[in-house]
Amino acid sequence: MVRLVTLAVLLACAGQAELGAQSASLFRWAGDAEGGAPYVEADPADPSRVAGFDVEVAELIARGLGRTPQFVEVAFASIDQSIARGDADIGLSGIEDTPTRRATYAVTHPYYQFNEVLSVRSADAGQFRTLADLRGRRVGTLAGTIAYEILLSAEREHGITAVSYEDDVHPYSDLLIGRLDAVLLDNVLAERRSRTTPGFVTHAAPVAVSHYVGVLAPANIELRDRINRILAQAMQDGRLEAIFRKWNVWNQDQPQLFARVLKGDAIPPVVGYEAEGIATLPRWEATRRYLPALLRGAALTLLLSCGAMLLAVALGITIATGRLYGDRLTRAALGGYVELMRGTPLLLQLFVLYYGIAEAIRLPAFVAALLGLALNYAAYESEIYRSALLSVPIGQLEASRTLGFTEFQTLRLIRAPQAFRVALAPMTNDFVAMLKDSSLVSVLTVVELTKQTQIFATNLGSWVIPGVICATLYLVMSLPLAALARMLERRWRV
Amino acid sequence: MNAVLSLRDVELARGARVLVSKLNLEAAPGDFIALRGPSGSGKTTILRAIAGLDRFERGTIDVGDARLEARRTPDREMLHRLRRSVGLVFQFHCLFEHMSALQNVCLAPMHVYRTPQQAAELKARELLTQLGVESRADAWPRELSGGEAQRVAIARALAVNPPVLLMDEPMASLDPSRRAELGALLQRLTAAGRTLIVTTHDEGFARQFATRVLTIEGSTVLEF
Repeated sequence: MVRLVTLAVLLACAGQAELGAQSASLFRWAGDAEGGAPYVEADPADPSRVAGFDVEVAELIARGLGRTPQFVEVAFASIDQSIARGDADIGLSGIEDTPTRRATYAVTHPYYQFNEVLSVRSADAGQFRTLADLRGRRVGTLAGTIAYEILLSAEREHGITAVSYEDDVHPYSDLLIGRLDAVLLDNVLAERRSRTTPGFVTHAAPVAVSHYVGVLAPANIELRDRINRILAQAMQDGRLEAIFRKWNVWNQDQPQLFARVLKGDAIPPVVGYEAEGIATLPRWEATRRYLPALLRGAALTLLLSCGAMLLAVALGITIATGRLYGDRLTRAALGGYVELMRGTPLLLQLFVLYYGIAEAIRLPAFVAALLGLALNYAAYESEIYRSALLSVPIGQLEASRTLGFTEFQTLRLIRAPQAFRVALAPMTNDFVAMLKDSSLVSVLTVVELTKQTQIFATNLGSWVIPGVICATLYLVMSLPLAALARMLERRWRV
Repeated sequence: MNAVLSLRDVELARGARVLVSKLNLEAAPGDFIALRGPSGSGKTTILRAIAGLDRFERGTIDVGDARLEARRTPDREMLHRLRRSVGLVFQFHCLFEHMSALQNVCLAPMHVYRTPQQAAELKARELLTQLGVESRADAWPRELSGGEAQRVAIARALAVNPPVLLMDEPMASLDPSRRAELGALLQRLTAAGRTLIVTTHDEGFARQFATRVLTIEGSTVLEF
């Protein structure tokens, strides 16, 4: 036994040493292949290989460092945190140059300049030219981006409604079906979408200007400086231009950017929008500014969870009684529903409800979120109620029948009240789970507490304070509920 | 005889096994019938068939103005008539666990017979007093002893005043000193013209208190 343990320890050490040697010769770079071309795109023939201008920039840097590039897939919204914890040396995936990143990470020279541009339906091209024209209208963009911050300030200034998306495809499809009246995104994204999706036009005049940068852990200054020298060299000798030309994103903005970088000019992260840069504010001040938004997010989470739970309970009771009292066809249909809803991911169901059936029924985001959660949870609730109803001893049901009660009276007066006591604890469990599962609805553009926390964390460049506030708010919502359930249990002495 | 209950050529089976066949029984008001037989002989099955809980294979059962036919589920109207005519006290009492003793007794009068709550409670307390458990009116079923629970179950069955009362093994949860007490109580119930059918293993009890004793032997029921 001792020998075996020694062997295992030795093997583990050897593995570690090998990993260390490997990582010294590897240049690990993080990106999100879901972002797609022209940034990072999975090769359809071999999804483990990626292609795109960011892939080639990574290769260029790796060559300059004398290392082998290795791609690490990280969700776009988590690239900063992933770099900070050391999953990769650098993040490169159309990452925006923001005051927050500059303040909290080691950021490379800007290597590509982009414009935030407004896209509208072709028919509205004359009517909606600027954000000021869009008062009372809905404008969509990617969450946690400069464009989203611009839209939030336009909410205050121009009375638009900012709608946040988790990807850059659905804003354009929602624009075309009329859920949005405009989309504000990078010109690179707008051009890419216009090639595959006709029906909208993009105004060339930029709403704001920013750049893509590489992001490194704050302590990695030395590596960042080496990378900066490699990038400057590539700007000078035309290798960077060749990459951008190859991917069809070269334009007249880039030589100007390169010239300023090479001259050593101070380049502001964003032009055209007064970025607040909360990362540079004292933490308590940043928190004070974001607290109202977090509280609104919490209120939305609570409203959504309570509404969805009420619906789920009503539907769950219907399903459970239908499965116990219904005819064979009803029982089979309801059983099928339960298996379908339990057996497929909630995220997929939400997508189907909001985007999948949008051509036929255009549900508002909140309604789709409410329905999606309710329909999914109803399946779980129904099983709780079914087993709770079955737990009432059959003798009591027979006693009730011999006393002359109808089946419905037996259910209402004898079976359901006892079943409810049994169901109370698992129901409370589900409600608490629902409070947290409701964060999934951010994929439907609903900005609830978790999403709001993520936005705060992105802008602050840290998860510590947003995470603590978020956890506290969830606890404040769930603890009274647990206490109420315990009180009811005591009263009924289950 | 002016029968309140009559079974004609009734056959009862559990699966393929015939428990009792050719059962003929006429019961008049005031009869106290003890039904004896070894475990598994079909005593409970007979009571359940009369109460309309289980179907039977052959014959007919008449209780009051209700008629039950073999291999048929009675319709609503027939069930309604049956419920007014016959009550059943289960061996394990089967009290409603989420209600006090008093509520257990009041529930059917209030919801099935639309008796106002006050009147139902008055009647229920009266019954609990008659049965000697009035002090336990507000207790929960789980707080009652076996004997107390049985008395509450009897009160619950009597609250809707059925002319025929069936009781499954009422001796089972009682010690010998309590048996005589229960026997006397049951005799009092029949004095007012109610018909009682009680299953029991206890031959002494049957002989001492019942007016008629039926014994299941093999698949036949004999009356001595």
